Amino acid sequence: MRYSIFSLIKEAVRGNGGWKPAWRDAQPKAEYDAIIVGGGGHGLSTAYYLAKEHGITNVAVLEKNTIGSGNVGRNTTIIRSNYLLPGNTAFYEFSLKLWEGLEQDINYNAMVSQRGVLNLYHSDAQRDAYVRRGNAMHMNGADAELLDRDAIRAMAPYLDFDNARFPIKGGLLQRRGGSVRHDAVAWGYARAADTRGVDIIQHCEVTGIRIENGQVRGVETNRGFIGARKIGLAAAGNSSRVAAMAGIRLPIESHVLQAFVSEGVKPLIDTVITFGAGHFYISQSDKGGLVFGGDIDGYNSYAQRGSLATVENVMEEGIAMIPMLGRIRVLRSWGGIMDMSMDGSPIITTTHIDGLYLNCGWCYGGFKATPASGWCFAHTIARNEPHALNSAFRLDRFATGHLIDEKGQGPTPNLH
Amino acid sequence: MRIVCPHCGERPVEEFTALGAADVRRPEGSTAMQDWIDYVYFRENAFGTHRELFYHGGGCRQWLVVERDTRSHAVVRAVPARHFHSAKVKA
Repeated sequence: MRYSIFSLIKEAVRGNGGWKPAWRDAQPKAEYDAIIVGGGGHGLSTAYYLAKEHGITNVAVLEKNTIGSGNVGRNTTIIRSNYLLPGNTAFYEFSLKLWEGLEQDINYNAMVSQRGVLNLYHSDAQRDAYVRRGNAMHMNGADAELLDRDAIRAMAPYLDFDNARFPIKGGLLQRRGGSVRHDAVAWGYARAADTRGVDIIQHCEVTGIRIENGQVRGVETNRGFIGARKIGLAAAGNSSRVAAMAGIRLPIESHVLQAFVSEGVKPLIDTVITFGAGHFYISQSDKGGLVFGGDIDGYNSYAQRGSLATVENVMEEGIAMIPMLGRIRVLRSWGGIMDMSMDGSPIITTTHIDGLYLNCGWCYGGFKATPASGWCFAHTIARNEPHALNSAFRLDRFATGHLIDEKGQGPTPNLH
Repeated sequence: MRIVCPHCGERPVEEFTALGAADVRRPEGSTAMQDWIDYVYFRENAFGTHRELFYHGGGCRQWLVVERDTRSHAVVRAVPARHFHSAKVKA
């Protein structure tokens, strides 16, 4: 069923009795051409682009829980392409371009809102760093504007411009950045993939990967063996555990990142604003809740919850930037498990095992990458070689020294 | 999360700074490049019992090895790091 203004009117006058489920709750077949492990944003978009771009439709997406129950439903929904380093810039700009055409492409309202992403700077040195970043963005076809204090005051008068310790001097604005309804991304990709014949199999946990003579043959699951000669792993958060089933060790630690939403308030923040003197980012959902987050907790974790010390730190940063937040009540907080990689950049690659492909290491930048990650991973799986856009996201970069360390932190996953 | 520091007693996690996996050891004497790549970049990333280095900056200012369950954050024990490494405490 195609969604349009006509289907909407038709169902409205007929009492909305004719809507069909957006995708089939498929049962596993014995054999597929390709299996994607992980029914999150990246896994579902991979399946969609495998079907759309490469004509590979006999595909299963295996999800241990329900689709979208992992990080695609736990993030702070920000999209942007304000990256500095070669390897990252072209990839994230491509992703932003896919976001811009996504809703027409998958015929689903994902509420893509290009409301702008504003990174504040608080010192002359930070301004210079942002100028450099903005110029790198221009060189790669992304948009960036350097705003002075007055321009920011016109946009967001409620910021604490004269904070004694971190006065706001200006900011770098990417107008094409913004936010997207995250659950709709999972549902929209699921529906679009399903329409092209992909089986989405929920409550199907992979417990082993069968490999014979260096070639994958399929996966063991809690619902029996499922055969395939191409298997893509897109299980961020649990990538180390899934890759270990194939005997692969990863340069990744799993960490918990918390996010928060306030009670619903009237329209207040019409863009995405980030604090440059710490790590804090905030936007407002269409329902009115302020959605915000900060740093990871800093210790290895597979528990989808964090500690109060980090909650306190995030609140302090928020109030340092926007004092009026002190009057708003937090409604909910939650945690998601991040694949924190050793250089802060992702991995989309072939492996030494024929037919086994890796998509992992997204740190806490995975949501904005969802379309390009799926597009590139589908290319890598279908052609058995990376596309130019993900050629830098190799696993062997940790051996060859071609690291993509955007923050310059070194091999310290909890600081990326 | 609360950690029972062997010097200071039970303290909240915000007094501590986490460094990373404690089991990682420098491959002293090895000239094999792969040993050094594994040491610098590759991690066990345990699902369950995990030992990691914590610095008690808000207390005794000593390095500790904290054994913890990464699924539940339950802290099993904390020992001084110098004992962990010198005496090869089987944690």
